[in-house]
Amino acid sequence: MELLKKEFVLELRRKSVISGLGLYLLSIIFICYLTFNLRQNAISPNIWSALFWLTILFSVVNSVAKSFIGERRGALIYYYTIASPQQIIFSKVIYNTILCLVISLAGYVLFSIFIYNPVQDQVTFFLTLVLASIGFAASLSLISGIAAKANNSNVLMAVLSFPVVISILLMAVRVTKNAVDGIDRAASADELLNLVAINCIAGALGYVLFPYIWRS
Amino acid sequence: MCSSRIFGEVKTSKQYTVGSRQSCPCLLQSAYCQLISMKNWLKIVAVVLLVYVHIGGLLFETPRLNILNETIRALYFHVPMWFGMVLLYLLSVYYAIKYLRNPLHDYDTKSVAYANVGTAFGILGMITGMLWANYTWGSPWHGDPKQKGAAIALLVYFAYFVLRGSLNNEEQRARLSSIYNIFAFATMIPLIFIIPRLDDSMHPGSGGNPGFNAYDLDSRMRLIFYPAVIAWFLIGLWIVSLRVRYKTIEEKILESEL
Repeated sequence: MELLKKEFVLELRRKSVISGLGLYLLSIIFICYLTFNLRQNAISPNIWSALFWLTILFSVVNSVAKSFIGERRGALIYYYTIASPQQIIFSKVIYNTILCLVISLAGYVLFSIFIYNPVQDQVTFFLTLVLASIGFAASLSLISGIAAKANNSNVLMAVLSFPVVISILLMAVRVTKNAVDGIDRAASADELLNLVAINCIAGALGYVLFPYIWRS
Repeated sequence: MCSSRIFGEVKTSKQYTVGSRQSCPCLLQSAYCQLISMKNWLKIVAVVLLVYVHIGGLLFETPRLNILNETIRALYFHVPMWFGMVLLYLLSVYYAIKYLRNPLHDYDTKSVAYANVGTAFGILGMITGMLWANYTWGSPWHGDPKQKGAAIALLVYFAYFVLRGSLNNEEQRARLSSIYNIFAFATMIPLIFIIPRLDDSMHPGSGGNPGFNAYDLDSRMRLIFYPAVIAWFLIGLWIVSLRVRYKTIEEKILESEL
């Protein structure tokens, strides 16, 4: 996919954006660390997973938001002439998935450095990260496309995405709780399947609905 | 949809009659006539049923159950609200899809009207539920999974109205809000139907609590409950048709003033 390659090239070219995102993540986690002012098992696993997913949510919303909002008008018209809307949303979703995954992995590493790492079942946890990243990317890309058309797009992005993303977030928090406690994997199979189902719904809807956004 | 076809013709004929004032009353009238989508007898049925539901719901005998006692009567007023909300949102999404397939202004007006009334039903359902919870659970807001799901569902549609408010171009507003409507509805479904079932809930009908279709909903209660659902839904449709008519006439007047 040429478009996918272009996304990566563009992203790597804009070094300031990437470092900005990294710094954003770092400062959020550092603020968490400072405000709780505690180390090592001082916060319960529940609070840990809540903090973790909140951090991931805010960084992801901010980073995916610019996938359409940041684009210049000329660039959009140029894409319009060279590719079909399906290809564009597809490349955006794949790119955003990878971006979300990188952000959540970085967040995970930073969390284990600054706070601590209570996760016992790593495989389930990583699976959750991957599935949640796909879900975030699929739903937020579409929302970003909608928000980009409005006036105060950044505020709107947060307002629109919050209710849509919350079902993914709830599932992810639930599985994280299981993974932290090291409960048998069969216990979280239901939630993981639900995550897959939500991803499928979000992906399919994005695929069907995006051409209508694109037309304007 | 027959009415929409006629409306389409009205819209196309409008293009060459703009400016000639004589055609306006006729246009107004035709728009007015075909927009009374609701038959008069349905309205009468709704009113009669509602009177019956209020009298029967407050006076008829209900089964005695622990804790619930007389609050079981909330069933007649609380549950139909949620049924009505989901059905109205479903219709809103239906018109949103129709709008995307065939962008007529009429569909958008209907979609918004359904979403509006659905939200009103949702808020009423929330209030009646909180009233009930105050007497059975001890506090209005109990953090029950169903309450949370319902609150999020309402947030989705508040976001929908915010989105509509922040777009200026009329056509763009209609299209983007239709897209968001469909998308939000499809992601809301897992929220109100699946997630509460994964969790233990104190809400009647889940987690082994007596509820819907269980032994407590005996034939005496069904006699009132089903008419209640139908009546509230019809009232919802009535309000929607009034809103659509009001909006259409408002637009016509605005056009004739230009």
